Amino acid sequence: MSEHCEHCAHHHELQVSGLTVRYRAHTALEDASLETSCGNCVALIGPNGAGKSTLLKAIAGLVPRASGTIAWRGARVHKWHREFAYLPQREEVDWSFPVTVRGLVEMGRYSQLGWWRRWRPADDRNVESAMALMHLDGLERRQISELSGGQQQRAFIARAIASESHVLLLDEPFTGLDRPARENLSALLRKLASEGRLVIASHHDLNTVGELFDQVLILNRRTVAFGNVGEVFTKRALDEAYGREKTSNSKHQTSEKPQDSSLIPS
Amino acid sequence: MPSWLSDIFSLPSLQRSLLAALIIGFTNGCFSAYVVLRRGALIAGSLSHALLPGIVLGVLVAGRLTGWSSFLGALFAALIVVLASVTVSRVSRLDQGTSLGVIFTVAFAAGLILFNYIPGDVKSQVKLEDYLFGDLLMLDSSDVWVAFSVSVLTLTICVALQRTLLVTLFEPSVAAAQGVPVRAVQYLIMTLLVLVMVSALRAVGCMLSLGLVVAPGATVFLLTNSTRAMFWGGGVLGAVSAVGGMILAQVTNVTAGAAITAVLGAVFVLALIFSPKSGLLFRKSREERPLASGKR
Repeated sequence: MSEHCEHCAHHHELQVSGLTVRYRAHTALEDASLETSCGNCVALIGPNGAGKSTLLKAIAGLVPRASGTIAWRGARVHKWHREFAYLPQREEVDWSFPVTVRGLVEMGRYSQLGWWRRWRPADDRNVESAMALMHLDGLERRQISELSGGQQQRAFIARAIASESHVLLLDEPFTGLDRPARENLSALLRKLASEGRLVIASHHDLNTVGELFDQVLILNRRTVAFGNVGEVFTKRALDEAYGREKTSNSKHQTSEKPQDSSLIPS
Repeated sequence: MPSWLSDIFSLPSLQRSLLAALIIGFTNGCFSAYVVLRRGALIAGSLSHALLPGIVLGVLVAGRLTGWSSFLGALFAALIVVLASVTVSRVSRLDQGTSLGVIFTVAFAAGLILFNYIPGDVKSQVKLEDYLFGDLLMLDSSDVWVAFSVSVLTLTICVALQRTLLVTLFEPSVAAAQGVPVRAVQYLIMTLLVLVMVSALRAVGCMLSLGLVVAPGATVFLLTNSTRAMFWGGGVLGAVSAVGGMILAQVTNVTAGAAITAVLGAVFVLALIFSPKSGLLFRKSREERPLASGKR
C-alpha cells in the first residue's frame, strides 16, 4: 500500500467540511470540519454525546448527512468509499458469532470481491499478510471471543487491512486495553500510518492522547480545535469542549488514574 | 429388515412423506443457521403464528385449500405482521420484540376467528388441527413439489449470496460501510424465512415449523466455529431428524411433526450437555483456561 502513497502529503487528503448530522430533531454534529492526509493518527476527543462516533459513522457513510461534504483524494465521497474501513465499538460486536480470526479477516475481502467475484489465491495471500502485519500468527483458528482485548482489536484492524482500506475509522479502539496492549496497538497503528494510511480514532482518555496520536480533533458537536497534538491540545481548548470544572478535576477520565498530567499543557 | 421398516420404504404414500420430510428437514435446517445468526428466533416464532390467519385467508379467497392459496396467504400475513411490528416499534417507545409479542398473538386470534367463516364443505375436508400441527402422511405430490421448489430456490440463493449474507449478519454497520445494501439483504432473509416456513406448513403445521427453522442451527451453533459447518450441519441434522422422527412416528404411532420436533429437541439437549466447546459438562474446565472466557 505504501507504494501508492509516496506523495500522500499532497494527494491523499481527507477533507471534511461543514458536516452536520441530525437524528430526527436532535443535532448530533454541527458544522464539523477537518482536513488531514495519509500518514497521520488522528484522535477524536470530546465529552459524551459530542458526536465522536457520529463523525466516524458519517465519514463511513452509515448515517445520512444533513449538510456538508466529504472529499477523499480530491473527489467527493457521495455515500460510502471502498477505501474507508469502519470498526464499531466493541459492545456492538456479536462476540459469540461462529467466526475464527481467519474467517474475520477474510470478510475484509468483501470490499474487493463484492457479491459475485470468486475467491482467488491472491485473496489468501492478502489475508495472510494482513494477519502477519497485525501479529496474529498462531491465532488464526481461534474463535473471536477466545482472544484478549488487544488481540481482538488487532484482528478487526487486520480485516480492515485485508480490505485494502486507506482510511481506518476506529470507534474507541483503546477502550478496555491494559497498558502493554495499548502500547502494542498504538505502535501498530503508527506503523500503519507511516506506511501511508490514515487512522482516525475516537478516544476518551485524555492522558494518553499525546502518547498515542499526532493530530487531534476536539469536538463538542462542533469543531472546537483541530491540529497537531502539540499545538491544539491545550487546557483552554479542553475547557471549552468539556466545561471548566470537568477538566480541572479529571472526572471524565474513566480508564486510569491520571499518570502524567503534564501531557495536558496549560 | 423388520416388516414395519420395509413397509415404510415400500408404501408409495410413505415414500412421498419421507421424501418431503427429507427435503423440508434439510432446507429448513440449512436456513436455521441464518435464523440463529440473525438472532431471529423470536421473529420466526411470530411468523409461525401469523401463518394461520394467512392460510385461512388464502382458503377464504381461493375457496379451497391448495399449496398456492396457503403459500400466498401466508406470505401476505407474514408481511403484514412484520410491517406492523416495525411500524409499532418506530412510532411508540416499545421495542420490536414486545410489539411482535402483541401482534403475533392478535394475528393468531384473527386466524381463529376467520376460521369460523370457512365454508362448511371445505371445513369438512380440513380440520383446525391440520393447520396447527400438519400431517406428513396426508401430503400429496403438489406439496412435495412446493417443498422442492422452495428448497432449490432457498439453497441456491443462500449459497450464491453466502458472502454477502454473512457479512451482513455479522456486522450490519460494517457491511453497510463496505457497500452492502443492508436493508435489502435483511428483507431477503425475511422473505426466505417465510418461504421455508410455509413449505413446512402442511407437513408439520404452524407451530412446529418454528422448531425446524431454529433447533438444527441452534444445535450446531453449540458445536462449531464455522458458519459453513453451521449451514450444512444444520441441513444434515434437520434431514436426519425429520426422517428419523417419521420412522419413530410410524413405530410408536404418534404425530410425525411432534416426533420430528422431539428428536430435534433430544439432539439439542445432548449438544447442550456434551458440546466440547460450550457444553455444560466441560464448562468448568473451560473457564479455568486462561484465554477462553472472552470477557475482557
